[in-house]
Amino acid sequence: MTGISHKQSADSAMPGNQVVPGNLRLVESSDGTFLHLFGDWTLPHYKNLEREMAALDVPGSCRVDFKELSALDTAGATLLARLLGTDRLSNLVLSAPDLAEERRSLLQAVGEALNKPDEKPSVRHNALFDWLAEIGKITVGLWQTLLFLLNFMGLTLITVIRVLPRPRRWRLISLATHIHQTGLNAVPIVALLTFLVGAVVAFLGATVLTSFGATIYTVDLVAYSFMREFGVLLAAILLAGRTASAFTAQIGSMKVNEELDALRVQGLDPIEMLVLPRMLALLVTLPLLTFVGMMAGMIGGAVVSVVSLDISTVRFISIVQEIPLRHFLLGMVKAPFFAFLIALIGCLEGFKVEGSARSVGEHTTSSVVQSIFVVILLDAVAALFFMEMGW
Amino acid sequence: MGHRGNEAIISVRNLNNRFGTHVVHEKLDLDVFRGEILGVVGGSGTGKSVLLRSIVGLHRPSGGEVRIFGQDLAGLSSARRSQLDRRTGVLFQGGALFSSLTVIENIALPLIEHAGLGRGDAEYLAGVKLALAGLEKKSGVLFPSELSGGMIKRAALARALALDPDILFLDEPTAGLDPIGAAAFDRLLMTLREALGLTVFLVTHDLDTLYTACDRVAVLSQKKVLVADRLEVVAATDDPWVQNYFHGPRGRAAQQAAGTVQEEC
Repeated sequence: MTGISHKQSADSAMPGNQVVPGNLRLVESSDGTFLHLFGDWTLPHYKNLEREMAALDVPGSCRVDFKELSALDTAGATLLARLLGTDRLSNLVLSAPDLAEERRSLLQAVGEALNKPDEKPSVRHNALFDWLAEIGKITVGLWQTLLFLLNFMGLTLITVIRVLPRPRRWRLISLATHIHQTGLNAVPIVALLTFLVGAVVAFLGATVLTSFGATIYTVDLVAYSFMREFGVLLAAILLAGRTASAFTAQIGSMKVNEELDALRVQGLDPIEMLVLPRMLALLVTLPLLTFVGMMAGMIGGAVVSVVSLDISTVRFISIVQEIPLRHFLLGMVKAPFFAFLIALIGCLEGFKVEGSARSVGEHTTSSVVQSIFVVILLDAVAALFFMEMGW
Repeated sequence: MGHRGNEAIISVRNLNNRFGTHVVHEKLDLDVFRGEILGVVGGSGTGKSVLLRSIVGLHRPSGGEVRIFGQDLAGLSSARRSQLDRRTGVLFQGGALFSSLTVIENIALPLIEHAGLGRGDAEYLAGVKLALAGLEKKSGVLFPSELSGGMIKRAALARALALDPDILFLDEPTAGLDPIGAAAFDRLLMTLREALGLTVFLVTHDLDTLYTACDRVAVLSQKKVLVADRLEVVAATDDPWVQNYFHGPRGRAAQQAAGTVQEEC
């Protein structure tokens, strides 16, 4: 095999060697019309060559002169194929005498590649129909998401019932790890956030209630709102953002890696191994975090009351103590339900991941959005229910 | 076939690589000549992939020198490095296609970013590369997660070829392919080498690839390149690992298979 001539493209890019931009010219001679190709027919000159090609009207009968062509790559070969048509190109490749062996095979390969039938289905789109179809798809999708969730809920509950009588299968180590990660590690952020919201609510109460001369009710406002709503709601929303996403990403990347399939073929139940410890961990941690949230929120309120409302700490505590225990319990009782749903959605979205890192990202987003939505929706329904019941 | 040229397009001198106390390479020397297909073999953990990553600049060696096109990688400015990177293409073992882009967009990305082409031109050229790599046009609109193993390798090859590189690095391109797919890949590699004048640095475990596609074979063993030469010479080297590798049951089978293919030709 001779000639490494068309590798000159590489050398010509080196400093010191001259780069001749690719070009083409029609030359009339006594033997007929010649198409002269010269310079580098390479990727850097692609645009230029395309312009030159458009300006030139190449007659069907002309012959091609490759002598001054200094470099050719697939981009150049593609242009040439487009200029001459693949049939002429393949004829030319066979007949041209001054064509190096490598260029011959390059042109042949590109010609063959371009010659393959291009089957692109052309479907006419109607904007209105597309829009309607999209709405239909989304509706069906929502319905299916709900069915999936209920299905998964059932499956998880059945697994819980099956595993419950067998303490050896409780996986306490896994449970402890998840309690650590989802609970203990979340305490600082939950405490800080509820503390700040508590302070804000106290300010808000002070602003509104001072005009009625009812500043002292700021304490009740903070205490009631945190016991009944904000403690559990804020903790649950934080957990949805922090933990549901983590669950989805963990299980999702295991799915991408076929680890879930590996569990199944070993006769292990992914729900028992992966979902139960996570769910039980949240069932333990969310009530605890709720309690932390309630306390931190009321401390935030107390700080504002003491510093800027002239309510003493003792007075604050005595007012809080007069609040019936019922309100505290109404807040706490919601925590396990939220925990159950957050864990369920986080894990389910993880199981829905398909094939790629992109899918993990999509489902993580979806799990956070869904779990926050479900938490707030359920909280609203609960508030309505409690009010109707007169609790 | 034999040597294409005597000009070393890659030269590795005195390469040292260690991770903590674990020494992978010690005073490793290797030349890759222009236009050849060099197969790199070695047992697991002999640092084949580390060598590849050191040459393409993904791993900074603990010591020694790597020259590509006569330029020392370590001493280059980032702009020169980027220019150099455009002249090499890498096919990673798992394909490493960008999962958020379709196959065509994967191939068109370097064309848009480096060659400054418009989207239409870039995707047109990408279609040509796709066809060169032996994939149908309609697979261009698929996402990587929708491809089979063989298609992923071909799509990744098309992406590695996007900028018409001079050197192609392949990390176990036929691993995970069925024998028919692997043989087709070997043929494709040889065709492309002829057509595009590539130099190929091929890390492989596949004995059939060594016998059918490679001009020279380099054996990594004992922290350096034990031998790098034509297959017959390498197979005759007096080393227990080499003897085991080429004259074990699989080695003999591949040799016989290669023999029959040559007789048929």
